[in-house]
Amino acid sequence: MRQTVLQTKELTVSFGGLKALNGLDFQLCEGEFLGLIGPNGSGKTTFFNALTGIYRPAAGSVLLHGNDITGAPPNKIYAYGITRTFQRLRLATSLSVLDNLIIGNQRNLNLGLWYNIFNRKYFKQRLQEQIQIAEELLSRFSRDLAVHLFKPVSSLSMIDRRRVEVCRALISEPKILLLDEPSAGMTPDETRALMDELQHWREQYPALSIILIEHEMELINKVSDRCVVLNYGEKIAEGRYSEVSKEPGVRAAYLGED
Amino acid sequence: MSDLKTKLVLLLGVALSVIVLYGFLYLEREWEIGVLLVMVPLGVYFLKRANALTYYQHAAREMPRFTWISFALGVVVLIMLLRHEDFALLMLTTVLLYATVSLGLTIQFGFAGVVNFAAIAFFGIGAYSMAILNQHFLHIPDLLIIFFSGAISALLGALLILPILRTRGHYAALITIAFGILFRTFLEVNDVLGGPQGLRVSGLEMFGWDFGNSFPNELGGGSFYVAYAIVALVLLATGYLITRLIEASWLGLNMDSVRLDEVASASFGINGPRWKITAFMLGNCFAGFAGAVYAAMYGFIAPASFNLSDSLLLVSIVLLGGIGNPVAVIPAAFLIVVLPEKFQVIQEYRLLLFGIVVILILRFRPSGLMPRGLRQYFAGRFG
Repeated sequence: MRQTVLQTKELTVSFGGLKALNGLDFQLCEGEFLGLIGPNGSGKTTFFNALTGIYRPAAGSVLLHGNDITGAPPNKIYAYGITRTFQRLRLATSLSVLDNLIIGNQRNLNLGLWYNIFNRKYFKQRLQEQIQIAEELLSRFSRDLAVHLFKPVSSLSMIDRRRVEVCRALISEPKILLLDEPSAGMTPDETRALMDELQHWREQYPALSIILIEHEMELINKVSDRCVVLNYGEKIAEGRYSEVSKEPGVRAAYLGED
Repeated sequence: MSDLKTKLVLLLGVALSVIVLYGFLYLEREWEIGVLLVMVPLGVYFLKRANALTYYQHAAREMPRFTWISFALGVVVLIMLLRHEDFALLMLTTVLLYATVSLGLTIQFGFAGVVNFAAIAFFGIGAYSMAILNQHFLHIPDLLIIFFSGAISALLGALLILPILRTRGHYAALITIAFGILFRTFLEVNDVLGGPQGLRVSGLEMFGWDFGNSFPNELGGGSFYVAYAIVALVLLATGYLITRLIEASWLGLNMDSVRLDEVASASFGINGPRWKITAFMLGNCFAGFAGAVYAAMYGFIAPASFNLSDSLLLVSIVLLGGIGNPVAVIPAAFLIVVLPEKFQVIQEYRLLLFGIVVILILRFRPSGLMPRGLRQYFAGRFG
């Protein structure tokens, strides 16, 4: 049995009277690729937002390696090694690709006032390191994209923006990566290419655990080790995709059967 | 481009600007200024057609330090050319000081996205600090007093940080507007600070030189404003350098990130409040420095000089120039300060005209006359 990295106990998030997440028990193992599925409004993105500190859980707890991190602010969560992408891209489009990637590597930046403003020679070396890291990372995902390192993100196509967002989440070498519908707005081929790159990345960093929110069931079937199905903020099934997809409760939630 | 050629292009740009600025400041008849006002946009248009502007921009990106220093020296030449013209120097100094405050605003809402409609209040805090410190602490050097005035401005501004961090957008703007009004009212009812009559301020004395005297004959002679103009220029040049270095470092990157998407940047470990506070205090500090020099130059300050309309004027400088572009505030400050002085007709309708200018810019050129480019960390390749 692999070690549990992330665990939630009775996690509840409510908006007024609505319980977007209702007593969710969940665990993620080291190196696992977990698919999180469920109909629209079932609480998948809310779950990500609760994990990353954007929403404060009303009840329950989140444990990272057994340590309670419930209600920690987003910047702490990032420091613990959890990064994410957003369903609707949240890149700084007026900044360059490089700037966006460096933002993702915040953990490795020295933010001292003196160092940044007056020690320019040293700063230049650090900048060159960051450029190199960013260039290598980008060219793993797409050689063509690496050429556009100094272009503004607003000049990129949708697929390239997705790639930049995934790279921004990976550049700090996180322990847990949360992917919120990376296939939105992409063709099946583009999605497959992106997923292949992610698989390569996992081979190099076997300890990285990934949670993937996805509507493309074929994709989930192909890449995930295990699935968790949510409906109305509750977990209705869990297991391998081939098993889960046969369960009547899951079919009912998706297809509206009784 | 070879180095020598680049430098020549840059120097040519400086020379042209100095000539145009000299024209605006020296000429007095309205029709002369009018001709100049028609010729400058035409000139810019033809330079643009001939790709000279792009050429210049490339040169400036390749040698930012040379550009910066040559422009500063160009202004020194301008000051020397105008050394007998009291009024022109007064205007030029005001431009330099307003540009410094606008740089502060650039850091605040151009970089970190913190709106500030009370810039003139922080300018005023600097001015009043100067008046009082200079009166009561004669043994402190004036350079240090300017420094303290900026610090006091930043610290009093810190009072606003909590409410600003807890509000967003329009509400944060309203808080700063309220502060500006409160500041003025406070000055008017406070007898220690001179009430509505204001305070007298003694002139600067630096490096054993009393600024109240006219410019020494050994250096060419001239108005006592020459010294203030040079101090204001040094202030602006330093402020510009700091602003540029902030932009070209992780600090500016983090501030931009906070402005563009606070939630996303928090998810990448960026501490939003930290950068907003840094930007807000630094910007107010700039305003305080400028206010201190302004007070010493005028020799007299009163609450009536620190109106909401002056804050709006400073905001319109940033809007006209280009939000977040530290270079842009300098020509914009020039246009907004000098034109109304030159056209007495406009003077009366000043605010009305600014209103129209702001509306036109927001409608037709929201990124300003000189839109901000991508971040350039270092000369040449990076960015």
